[in-house]
Amino acid sequence: MLAQLLHRSQLYRFIQLKRGRGTPTAGTVFLTHRRVYIMPTRSGLAFAVSLLLMLVGSINYQLSLGYMMTFLLAGTATVAMLHTYRNLVHLHIDAGKVDDAFAGDSARFHLHLHNPGHYERVAIEVRGGDSAARCDIRPRDSGTTVVAVRSERRGWLALPLLTIRTEYPLGLFRAWSYAHMDVRALIYPRPDDSELPPPEIVPAQGEATSIGQGSDDFYGLRPYQPGDSLRHIAWKAMAHGDVLLTKVFSGHGTAELWLDYDHLPHNMGREARLSRLTRAVLLAAEAGATYGVRLPGRTIEPAAGDAHFDACLRALALHELA
Amino acid sequence: MNAPFLLRFGSRTQTSTPDAPLALPHLMLLIGGIALATAPHIQRLPLWIAALAIAILLWRTWAAWHGGNLPRRWLLVPLTVLIIGGVYFSHRTLFGRDAGVTLLVVLLALKLLEMRTLRDVVVTTVLAYFLALSAFFYSQRPTTAFITLGTIMLLTSALVAINAPHRPLRAHFKTAGMLLAQGIPLMVILFFLFPRIQGPLWGMPADAFSGMTGLSDSMSPGNISALSQSDEIAFRVQFDGAAPPREKLYWRGPVFWQYDGRTWRAGDVAQSPQYRFESSGVPVRYSVTLEPHNRTWLFGLEMPASLPDNAYATADYQLLSRAPIRARTRYELQSYLDYRAQGGASAEELDAALALPAEFNPRTTALARSWRNSAASDADVVNRAVAHFRTGGYRYTLYPPLATSADSVDEFLFDKRMGFCEHYSGAFVVLMRAAGVPARVVTGYQGGEINPVDGYMTVRQSDAHAWAEVWLGRIGWVRVDPTAAAVPIRTSEGLAAAVPTDEAPQALIRLDAPWLRTLRFNFEALSNYWNQWVLGYDIERQRTLLTRFGMPTPDWQNIALSLFWTMGLVVLLLSLWLLRRVTHADPAQVAWLAFCKKLRKRGLARHASEGPIAYASRVAIARPEQAQAIVTIARLYAELRYGPQTDARRIARLARMVQRFRP
Repeated sequence: MLAQLLHRSQLYRFIQLKRGRGTPTAGTVFLTHRRVYIMPTRSGLAFAVSLLLMLVGSINYQLSLGYMMTFLLAGTATVAMLHTYRNLVHLHIDAGKVDDAFAGDSARFHLHLHNPGHYERVAIEVRGGDSAARCDIRPRDSGTTVVAVRSERRGWLALPLLTIRTEYPLGLFRAWSYAHMDVRALIYPRPDDSELPPPEIVPAQGEATSIGQGSDDFYGLRPYQPGDSLRHIAWKAMAHGDVLLTKVFSGHGTAELWLDYDHLPHNMGREARLSRLTRAVLLAAEAGATYGVRLPGRTIEPAAGDAHFDACLRALALHELA
Repeated sequence: MNAPFLLRFGSRTQTSTPDAPLALPHLMLLIGGIALATAPHIQRLPLWIAALAIAILLWRTWAAWHGGNLPRRWLLVPLTVLIIGGVYFSHRTLFGRDAGVTLLVVLLALKLLEMRTLRDVVVTTVLAYFLALSAFFYSQRPTTAFITLGTIMLLTSALVAINAPHRPLRAHFKTAGMLLAQGIPLMVILFFLFPRIQGPLWGMPADAFSGMTGLSDSMSPGNISALSQSDEIAFRVQFDGAAPPREKLYWRGPVFWQYDGRTWRAGDVAQSPQYRFESSGVPVRYSVTLEPHNRTWLFGLEMPASLPDNAYATADYQLLSRAPIRARTRYELQSYLDYRAQGGASAEELDAALALPAEFNPRTTALARSWRNSAASDADVVNRAVAHFRTGGYRYTLYPPLATSADSVDEFLFDKRMGFCEHYSGAFVVLMRAAGVPARVVTGYQGGEINPVDGYMTVRQSDAHAWAEVWLGRIGWVRVDPTAAAVPIRTSEGLAAAVPTDEAPQALIRLDAPWLRTLRFNFEALSNYWNQWVLGYDIERQRTLLTRFGMPTPDWQNIALSLFWTMGLVVLLLSLWLLRRVTHADPAQVAWLAFCKKLRKRGLARHASEGPIAYASRVAIARPEQAQAIVTIARLYAELRYGPQTDARRIARLARMVQRFRP
């Protein structure tokens, strides 16, 4: 009975939300009137103090119009409080797509804010982690904001507790709410910037496959030189560094690469090896090679394509975590 | 964090104003608001301050336009100190009403030069609201109210602008206008129900009440005629029933006993404590709305028979307020127009009513003695004097010739024979005293004009008048108006008709074109309405109003309580209206949620992070036989939900497909 009362109380909910306890909400978060909070801002307090001074002045000098102006401003501030509250309440928040990232980069969480109301929502600020984004949403329309959360290590990165807030229209009050969304981004190991070539290539299933000197198969990367074909620039790799690289292709036939954790130098730690393998996967995928990944306790058979690429990165990201 | 901050102050090469937290149009809003708030004060400010404020506003506008740099702090601080010193030099003080307004103007202008953060903008806006309010210290006319409303509009728009800087100017005006419009009902409630307190809360600065016009506490030749040229309103009267005839409208004010040969004063007469007279007939009931005149006189028709609150009466029938009238004051009175005023006639008082400086006006004294010697009674003396004024060829003028000798009454009575009411009443009382009839001078107003629009009578400074009272034993103090005897038209038609047409001052020429009269009456009725219900709304009015609305004891607790409930109710209604629940959600979303629910029952729940397309592809793999329908639904939904426009037919199609879908 007591516990039930406790759970229904506003303060309890507030503290739970604020601490990021409570269960994250799957799906749409709807900002009901019970979870939107409102308080005066510092400007609001200053405004209140000056209204009080205006009132005292009007009383002292018996200024009827002074009373009137003070009361007009007080009435406007009260109405502004309602508008600030209304600007936020009854908003739907949907998690949209998540841009996964390499450790150290920012994972980008797309959030769809839907305004079911008949009025525009203005200057809605969404804060999560250390980023903040503002947006306006037209009546019965949706808007998208992106919250970028800086990642530190590989693995799952949950979207931190979101604060959605607004001070519109007058900045005298701040309405805010918390949303604890059940969304996470996958953070891949940070690809290291080691020298090429990629890790040792081991013949698959005992069948020796050597790297030939043909024209079709990817061999590695070298710095871009004027005259290189634009088709051979490693755009994807470039995105992670600022050097233009040109793909170098080798030999003939299909190369089947094994990217093997155990074949990396023994003095490398686990994270360093995963970083190295990540880079190798990137390079191999870039080249369109057929490659497999072998991790302690997990083997991904050689293949190619986006789904395979994702599976490999996922395995690397979650190795010995999940 | 620190680097850009340093850069801001250190770099001299920057061309834009990176320290302006306001975009140009929004800064213009703020500058416009400040300019409008300063405008009503501009004439009153010391010239150099006015010039400086205008210069700073113009320069700031130019700087915002061309991206000039704002002055650095090391320059601003000494500049501020210097200017404040200048304000002290101009006003000899930093406190009080005028110096306070000057300081506010200066600080606002300087603050405009130092707007580096959003906080500065808010502080500037709040200061500007203060300046806008201070205009009411000087004038509470409707025009001032309109200017201030414009100022409030601009400043509120500026506040909106800094909270949504990305929106167009028009949107800010619209938002601010809407907020103010919705604030008006709350303003009205607060205005009428906020418990009024009788001010002032503390001593008023000495300069607060300069420049009020009205009767003075002495009468010397020229001061009433000077007052008569003013068209300003002295008070307004609302009669219960019909107004008495014009000839009977003597509004009694200060009474003068002491004469020094030139000036009449109240004197320090030891007065009897009682205020008494015999009345007959029906009393006239009326209420007076007195304009502030910074003295204690309350004007009433002769003779007042009731006492307003916070007032007392003297034996010579003056009504006096306990505090100077510094705000428009309203009081109820009843008067008997037929009376016998026998109070205030002790031996000392009668002696004082006979005192004359001996050495002046020998011809007047001789004339009075000749009447005395041949007259049968005091009343006969009075009649002879009145007859003298009626037949003596006296003329009425606003511009009486200046007295050339110390015997000013002699000069008026025998040589110049031209004068204004103060000459007539003064000379009459001197004659009476010289003839041994106790007499005194009474000043006040005579007449008044009924406004047919609202039925109020308006009494102006131009109606200021002086008359006399003589003591006739059993009959008591009797009013004698020598001006009326000499110039009867003065009391029957008013001043403008009595003075020669070529000297009637501009203010007194009541343009007789009927439409102009109508216009004037309407305007004055409007302005009276404004005075009565807006400016004159005080404790008394509040209590009267609330009693009429059925509050039995309108003390401040009850008023506060009613304010609380009314405000609560209106805010509640307003929020119900503003927050009226959205009953119909997006129909596309309703359909989509139904679709997700159907799949969830089959164990194919959507993950939170899955968009519609990703979800559909996953589900389509699990249910290949229905892949076509699933993908179509998801596509349709995504287009409707996140696409640029909605389309009723496609929403209907989506709903139909979801309805038919059987996983």
